[in-house]
Amino acid sequence: MSNNEVNRTRRNLLIATSVVGGAGVATAAWPFIASMTPSAKAKGLGAPVDVDISKLEPGAKLTVAWQGKPVWIISRTTEMLDRLIKHDDRLTDPKSESSIQPEYCKNPYRSIKHEFMVAVGICTHLGCSPSDKLKPESDNETGPNWDGGFYCPCHGSRFDLATRVFNGSPAPTNLVIPPHKYLSATLIRIGDDSKGA
Amino acid sequence: MKILQALLGWIDDRFPLTATWKQHLSEYYAPKNFNFWYFFGSLALLVLVLQIVTGIFLTMHYKPDASLNAAGVSVAFASVEYIMRDVDWGWLIRYLHSTGASMFFVVVYLHMYRGLIYGSYRKPRELIWIFGCFIYVALMAEAFMGYLLPWGQMSFWGAQVIVNLFAAIPYIGDGLSTWIRGDFVISDATLNRFFSFHVIAVPLVLLGLVVMHLVALHEVGSNNPDGIEIKKKKDPNTGIPLDGIPFHPYYTVKDIFGVCVFLMVFSVILFFTPEMGGYFLEGNNFVPADPFKTPPHIAPLWYFTAFYSILRAVPPMFGSQFPGVIAMGMAIVVMFLLPWLDRSPVKSIRYRGAIYKWALALFVIAFFVLSYLGTQSVSELKNWLARIFSVIYFAFFIFMPWYTRIDKTKPEPERVTA
Amino acid sequence: MMKKIILAALLCVPLLAHASEEEVKLDSAQVNVEDKLSLQRGARVFVNYCVGCHSGSYMRYSRLEDLGLTEKQIVDNLMVTGEKPVETMTAALRRDDAKAWFGVAPPDLTLVARSRGADWLYTYLRTFYRDPSRPTGWNNTTFPNVAMPHALWALQGQQVLKEDGGKSHEGQAEKVLVLDKPGKLSPVEYDALVKDLVNYMVYMGEPAQTKRKETGIFVLFFLAGLTVLAYYLKKEFWKDIH
Repeated sequence: MSNNEVNRTRRNLLIATSVVGGAGVATAAWPFIASMTPSAKAKGLGAPVDVDISKLEPGAKLTVAWQGKPVWIISRTTEMLDRLIKHDDRLTDPKSESSIQPEYCKNPYRSIKHEFMVAVGICTHLGCSPSDKLKPESDNETGPNWDGGFYCPCHGSRFDLATRVFNGSPAPTNLVIPPHKYLSATLIRIGDDSKGA
Repeated sequence: MKILQALLGWIDDRFPLTATWKQHLSEYYAPKNFNFWYFFGSLALLVLVLQIVTGIFLTMHYKPDASLNAAGVSVAFASVEYIMRDVDWGWLIRYLHSTGASMFFVVVYLHMYRGLIYGSYRKPRELIWIFGCFIYVALMAEAFMGYLLPWGQMSFWGAQVIVNLFAAIPYIGDGLSTWIRGDFVISDATLNRFFSFHVIAVPLVLLGLVVMHLVALHEVGSNNPDGIEIKKKKDPNTGIPLDGIPFHPYYTVKDIFGVCVFLMVFSVILFFTPEMGGYFLEGNNFVPADPFKTPPHIAPLWYFTAFYSILRAVPPMFGSQFPGVIAMGMAIVVMFLLPWLDRSPVKSIRYRGAIYKWALALFVIAFFVLSYLGTQSVSELKNWLARIFSVIYFAFFIFMPWYTRIDKTKPEPERVTA
Repeated sequence: MMKKIILAALLCVPLLAHASEEEVKLDSAQVNVEDKLSLQRGARVFVNYCVGCHSGSYMRYSRLEDLGLTEKQIVDNLMVTGEKPVETMTAALRRDDAKAWFGVAPPDLTLVARSRGADWLYTYLRTFYRDPSRPTGWNNTTFPNVAMPHALWALQGQQVLKEDGGKSHEGQAEKVLVLDKPGKLSPVEYDALVKDLVNYMVYMGEPAQTKRKETGIFVLFFLAGLTVLAYYLKKEFWKDIH
């Protein structure tokens, strides 16, 4: 009887100490895990960037860094835009149903103003940055009937000038469009699409 | 439950898991009369783990680079402030590491004092003591090199002075100190090699030494406050020492309590006074290293100051600082010899005579006074005090074979006392 | 007995310490980093009067949200240099120019409260006086022959160093600072302004300090509870040992 009593106290104390101690160790682990998340500096540098596009020539591409990632701004000519709507049958996700973009860019041109394309230049397959094949000239990498776009050197994914992925590419979806807005006719803010200011 | 037991069996057939557990914990028999002084071994282990874990996370953000950034500050110094400000909880991890460094020495000094008063270094535990001394030396190297990394004024000039000590060695000194620095002054090259030693080389050595320290301890068994061998009186049936109790659970639960109390002390310092009045983090080390301007007052951190005092107490001879360097080195070397200097028939202070007690008291006072003097700027009076207490420090060791033999000891008990 | 000897000896150590006291007497700043309004006022003084020449190169403007300010308030009222709130408080003055003009580049002030101490800063900023023999026309009793001119003189006014007629116990003529030409603020207002500024600099030296203390209280309460449990657990097990 008395022996049982002793054992019960001991058991309860053991459990209580283990639970409280275990909770303490788990809580103490949190600062260490949190220290590996982006620092205030990284977060700050991930803040929106403003891009002046007044010097961007028609048909050319500009790359800027946002959150350390390459963001492309492509000035598309009328011919480029015309070619875009002709090859929907060869695309994996022509209507961008399963791709990531802000609602205002969910259109065939994937843009706010059709003559300017803004996209994160990172392949949705495994994160390489595709290279430019802007002109409608076919070569070994682009394959035949090339309408202009991008080719990913890592695993051969192909994208059109609206950064939509072509059939038969390993990339599952179109490139990501970052939130952005026009501060003026020639100034784009990337990373922020809030109204006002 | 059955599955777990099967798994344990499977492992035991391939790896001595249960056997190791028994040998080192549940069937390691420790004397039942451990007192307060016996907490510091396990606490030292705790702080070692803490330093390694916090060190790993600091290394993720710290940059050993002495070149200047756009704001004109060295990258290394700026990266420490980056940890303190921009990294989530970075300040906590950094303070854990800086407080841990000083607390490591606090715990180790108390652990060594325990060995001193209960004769834990005596036969058959000489090797445990020697491994321990090596741990202490490795720890000093670790602390010294780690202190350079924040690249503040004290980091820079502290390293400058200590590395220059090697230059005092005749003939090879100049070449040696240049080789250690990898440059003619403390520079980026020095910072990078100290970083390498601090984060990998010395910690590996430390871990290896700690394992050897513990293996040797578990081979011969722990000493106790009575300084008698519990293995001499065993239960004839079980072969278990009559005064021994299994380390687990008795000393594990006791050490957990000790850990809690220690962590409370640690937390009070860490959260409310991480600089500890300039003893754990020095004000001048918040100024970036400036190779052209020495701070008006420069001293090593508190755990080195006793030896620094001894160094300063010895005047230059034949135009060389070398004798001082030798004295400082000897102050550490002499600790290794302790097992053979002590000729007393008893181990524990409980059964020693008055002479030893006086000698030990003087030694402890000398250590404190030297430590204090080492933090102060020099003056004529302080210099003489440092000399007197340096002599006392060495006298404790040098005359030990003589005074321990003539001391009037009391008889040791047969069994441990409560 | 041994304990007593050691104790007695250790009690003597502070006597030695007393012999090596600082020579400059410092006034207590009595800062309080919990006082957010004081910190806000201090931050404004800092960006208006200090950041012209000194930088706070580890202090991001965005961090001032700690003081209870919104990002917009920071950008509109406090961001005197830089373009984005994430940027640090860099000086408007270029380092090379500063070196040419003052002989030394003005030191970065982010950590100055940690290296100098709040009381030193509080005293220093109140002890400038006119001294025509100095290139800048200013000197300071806390930091003799300092290279920095008195940036806050329009507020404090001009002090001069005068002999007060009395003799100090060392037999030398005691010199005191006397306000010669009053500034925009009364001495009481000026002291309050400097206190706010120093308060802000103490905060800037370690922005995490408030969180540190809060975390500490939580941790100590937790550890106290765990210690009690561990104590009874130890006691429970050690009932076996006789």
